[in-house]
Amino acid sequence: MTELPVDLSVEIGSLRLTNPLIAASGCYGYGVEYADTVDLSTLGAVASKGLFLAPREGHPPPRIVETPSGMLNAIGLQGIGVHRYIAEKLPELRRLRVINIINICGSTLDEYVELARILSDAEGVHALELNISCPNIKEGGITFGCSLHGTFDVVSAVKKVTHLPVIPKLTPNVTDVASIAKAAEDAGADAVSLVNTFLAMAIDVETRRPKLSNVVGGLSGPAIRPIAVRMVYECRRAVKIPVIGMGGIASAVDALEFIIAGATAVQVGTANFVDPFIWSKLTAGIEQYMQRHNVTRIADLVGSIDTSTREKEWVSS
Amino acid sequence: MPLDVEARVIRNTRLSPDYNVITLAAPEIAAQTRPGQFVMVRSSHGSDPLLRRPFSVFEVVRSGDKIEGLSLLSKRIGVTTRLLFDAVAGDVISCLGPLGRPFDAVSPPTEAWMVAGGVGLAPFATLTEALVERGTKTTLFYGARTGAELFYLEWFTSRGVRVVLSTEDGSKGERGRVTGPLEQALRRNDGAIMIYSCGPEKMLEAVSLVAGRYKTPAQVSVERVMGCGMGGCYSCVIPVREGTGHHYVRSCLAGPVFAAADLVWDHD
Repeated sequence: MTELPVDLSVEIGSLRLTNPLIAASGCYGYGVEYADTVDLSTLGAVASKGLFLAPREGHPPPRIVETPSGMLNAIGLQGIGVHRYIAEKLPELRRLRVINIINICGSTLDEYVELARILSDAEGVHALELNISCPNIKEGGITFGCSLHGTFDVVSAVKKVTHLPVIPKLTPNVTDVASIAKAAEDAGADAVSLVNTFLAMAIDVETRRPKLSNVVGGLSGPAIRPIAVRMVYECRRAVKIPVIGMGGIASAVDALEFIIAGATAVQVGTANFVDPFIWSKLTAGIEQYMQRHNVTRIADLVGSIDTSTREKEWVSS
Repeated sequence: MPLDVEARVIRNTRLSPDYNVITLAAPEIAAQTRPGQFVMVRSSHGSDPLLRRPFSVFEVVRSGDKIEGLSLLSKRIGVTTRLLFDAVAGDVISCLGPLGRPFDAVSPPTEAWMVAGGVGLAPFATLTEALVERGTKTTLFYGARTGAELFYLEWFTSRGVRVVLSTEDGSKGERGRVTGPLEQALRRNDGAIMIYSCGPEKMLEAVSLVAGRYKTPAQVSVERVMGCGMGGCYSCVIPVREGTGHHYVRSCLAGPVFAAADLVWDHD
């Protein structure tokens, strides 16, 4: 039996990716750290570590702690700032033919706009992911992503100044994530990505001290996957724009679960820490699944969940 | 380039109720390893524990001329070290490496003084081999809580390393911390020295202070809580001097070996 050729390409607004696998922001440095390990041009895209206008030091260590099937982090968006990113990282990323989704963070709406302007003029930037969901910093960010108006305002302001696809990254730390996705769509977002981490904490009972210097942090890893799948499913039903899903993906089966729930593309974060060579394994697993199920285009799998016999069990939030 | 090897356990030697040396069939990694580099180890196949843990490569293990694998010196403290302690020959442990910036081995006439505390002995076997190759006169200042936790003494002395012991309970060598004998030796010394140190961070701080007092350069190997070992997560940062303040750098990429004078010790 000859193997069917499969088409893994997907479209996120005007951006075409050769496959749906994206390195998640905050989990892949600036991408260049992995250039010796992985041919970065084989990834669908790399989402950069969150960038502010200015460099940031981030939180004191300890910044991570492992929890059952997951980890908490409170890095605090340490970063080199947008100008050094453009000068020091983008040239190598261009040379490596990486599709770059730049994750941007602002303390104010004006900072998002300024970042979008600067990056729209830079060569080798393919899309903007708006970090309106980091649980680890006090100012800005999540304060936009936690309200319908905040989300709408930041997305529409950025859309006015860029030709690049705009992808707000949503927080799961809200009552109804689908309504936030809808606000983003109404403001002109080209896609939404979700979920960022779940606000969480861990305490050392011997010392009664929090295990993170920041006291609270964001939970990621397989522990959050079922909640993230549910949220992607909800958003897919609420909006027409593509949904980029993430949350604990560690295998091809996990990625397919998100895609079938409604994700056009997926991001992988924590699992890359465990296995930096995961990408080719995910691709091979997805291709094998498609061949086994006679699916030639991965786009046909997106949102293909069959709820016909289970619809009654679904209680909408 | 780091490699990920599903390494078979060749043997696992228990040195004490807590310490073990585990030998892994990862010759591809061992062949590339330079003194002071580390590997990220995963001893489970499910998601608990989820993340890898960093370990200095202890020995590049040879069988005749052939590199057979690498060994890790481990002390049972947490979940991964318990799995490493309990592993038996034939088990498979995932090993990613080699990673990190190695020690810079000095050549004669400069002498090498290695200062190890407890499981901090780990990077000094590979460093000793590099120093012996250069003909560098080498001393190991080795401290532990008790004499029963001092290991591999014959390994070092048989390679011409002068070994100076100290224990906190006085059961072997000088009573007290390892910096005691180090400072005595520095006071008597008038030649060129490079200090190499690995152990608890409080010990590294004390070694740095002593080294600074005697204007002796020191390279220290630090251990921070590390998520990935590849520069992806920004969790293993350590403060380095910058102007009058500090700047966080990733110890997996810029370290684990740092010039002691570059680190800021009175900060998280």
